[in-house]
Amino acid sequence: MLFEVTLSGVTLGGMYALVAMGLTLQYGVARIMNLSYGELLIAAAFAALWFYSGLAINPLIGLVVVPPIAFALSYAIYRILVQPLVSRAKTRDALEVDSILATFGLLFVIQGVMLALFGGAYFSYSFLAVPLKIAGATVAANRLLALLLAVAIGLGLYLGLTRTRIGTAVRAVAVDPVAAQLVAIDVRTASALAFALGGALVAAAGVLVSMFLTFNANLGVVFTLKALVVVIMGGVGNLLGALIAGLILGLVENYVAVFVDPGLTLAATYAIFLLVLLVRPQGILGRSSR
Amino acid sequence: MIGLGLRLLTATAVAALAFALPASAQDKVKIGYAISKTGPNAGGASITQIPNYEMWVKDVMAKGGLKVGDKRLPIEVIEYDDRSNSEEALRAVERLVTEDKVDLLFPPWGTGLNLAVGPAFNKYGYPQLAFSAVTDRAPDLAKRWPNSFWLLGTSKQYVDALTGLLKKMRDEGKIGPNIAMISISDGFGIDLSQAARKGFTDAGFKLAYDKSYPIGTQDLSPLIGEAQRSGADTFVAFSYPPDTMALTEQSKVASYAPKVMFLGVGVGFPMYAQRFGANVEGIMSLGGWSKDNANTAAYAKKHEEMFKRGPDRWGSQIGYASLQMLEQAIERVGKIDRAAIIKELQTGTFDTVLGKVKLVDNMMQDNFWLIGQWQDGFFAGVAPQRAGVGTPVVPKPAWKN
Repeated sequence: MLFEVTLSGVTLGGMYALVAMGLTLQYGVARIMNLSYGELLIAAAFAALWFYSGLAINPLIGLVVVPPIAFALSYAIYRILVQPLVSRAKTRDALEVDSILATFGLLFVIQGVMLALFGGAYFSYSFLAVPLKIAGATVAANRLLALLLAVAIGLGLYLGLTRTRIGTAVRAVAVDPVAAQLVAIDVRTASALAFALGGALVAAAGVLVSMFLTFNANLGVVFTLKALVVVIMGGVGNLLGALIAGLILGLVENYVAVFVDPGLTLAATYAIFLLVLLVRPQGILGRSSR
Repeated sequence: MIGLGLRLLTATAVAALAFALPASAQDKVKIGYAISKTGPNAGGASITQIPNYEMWVKDVMAKGGLKVGDKRLPIEVIEYDDRSNSEEALRAVERLVTEDKVDLLFPPWGTGLNLAVGPAFNKYGYPQLAFSAVTDRAPDLAKRWPNSFWLLGTSKQYVDALTGLLKKMRDEGKIGPNIAMISISDGFGIDLSQAARKGFTDAGFKLAYDKSYPIGTQDLSPLIGEAQRSGADTFVAFSYPPDTMALTEQSKVASYAPKVMFLGVGVGFPMYAQRFGANVEGIMSLGGWSKDNANTAAYAKKHEEMFKRGPDRWGSQIGYASLQMLEQAIERVGKIDRAAIIKELQTGTFDTVLGKVKLVDNMMQDNFWLIGQWQDGFFAGVAPQRAGVGTPVVPKPAWKN
């Protein structure tokens, strides 16, 4: 039983991590606190639904098709909407306020388009909802897939950021955009890339989540909030931190649900969040910046 | 060519319209409503409520307008988004009455918002035909606000009907005495689980597992696991649509097939049967349809044609019936006299998709099914006991892959 609860907790945590990884790139590297993040996730979920029920295209193919589109879209959003804010912002704090306001507006635009296209009703479809037996415990294939992808993306991007030249440039921008410029790093391109990559990641999360969660056009904010908790807990800009924080939250939620009381899962989540903020304000793997 | 044709057409339409408008005081009926188009309530509102409003207006206009006295008047609709927020809903209702000067108001979606706007409807004397609110306070509210009608009933009614069913099954030896119950910690779940806790124990059942979970819970497998381990062969969940979907899918994955599986809001949604196919067989929930009612069948068909999806098998038909009642009450009164319309709604007998409806104390009496079960792809009413009731199938068949 302990193993079964652990397994389901890890898969839930994997989903949380997956949902948060894009935001940690956008917020941590591109320095854009994107409040329309969850809306993009829901938009990707709708795209997957439309592929599946409208065109009978396997959501796994959607997983290959949707993220590049989201990448391009996010890149365009960055260049058109965010770049002017970056150029005129005198300080990092000013940029943060401006980006929050701008993406808050974007949230309503994306939500409005989805409401116009799909209405406010709930949507869901069934895909890969088959039980897999792992050492006697049962887990749904679609949820396990989300976990595996979260781990793969987390590790892959971690290696990409630490072992490649462009990854190093992106990290340099995250640490100090001014100093990065001094060593001939194109800060604008690096930031735009990080933002767009974050968009691609959240789209991948949206496609995966649509396989097992019921969603509607209004659900974006739920994911933005969850992602924000995971990002801050794990350390802003740190992919491995997001993975660890997501897993901790998933495990805690399911342990509390089984061994204490399911009514207390939210309280437990925020208690852990508070604890991390008190003990390590910079996040589990975060570096203190100042 | 097309442009010219279109312009001509518009010109004709405008001329025709100008001609049709008589110079009397009332040349149209203004109907206003505030409903949740965004926010957490939007999902329920867009499935159960908004389609009924749009469909009824279309139906009335197809007849040439709303019959008021000896004329048929066109309907003008003013719609606001209450953003699932009770203050916003109240503000919108005030605005509809004082600024837009609407003739009639439609109610918002859900128990909470209907309670929130109740005082305003009452203050201005507008009939409030709530059909998406379940509350045990309904009889008191109808007394305090005689203009309010609580058509979907009380928590106790549903729990009594469910308990009656379970008791019969237990006495026939089809199920054991243990029940596992989970509920969402929000208005609906709290109300119904409280009533059920009392109802079940009074009927001699034992709650082997009884927990609530917060709104927005994304993994329900721990609760399913615990319910499974509790050994109860009846599983009752007072859940919201996203959880109802997740509970069904995760129970299937866990091969958890209790003899009786009762789930909350969402089981009657068209997407439920669409998503789970043959696996919906035997699952019970609130609501239910009559197999032999040609009117509701025609209603469902029309709904499908207009919105590309069927109606909710719980509240939808009651909602459409409430609008038919309003229409007939206006016709009988012969003018927009709201006090007289309320009086007629309280005392009259109406012809609706549900059949003949006569309210007692502003509530429906046995006009619809309280508990339904998916049987051969049809969500059939199985309680309360009256003519046309379906026989519940126990045990629920095993999950198919």
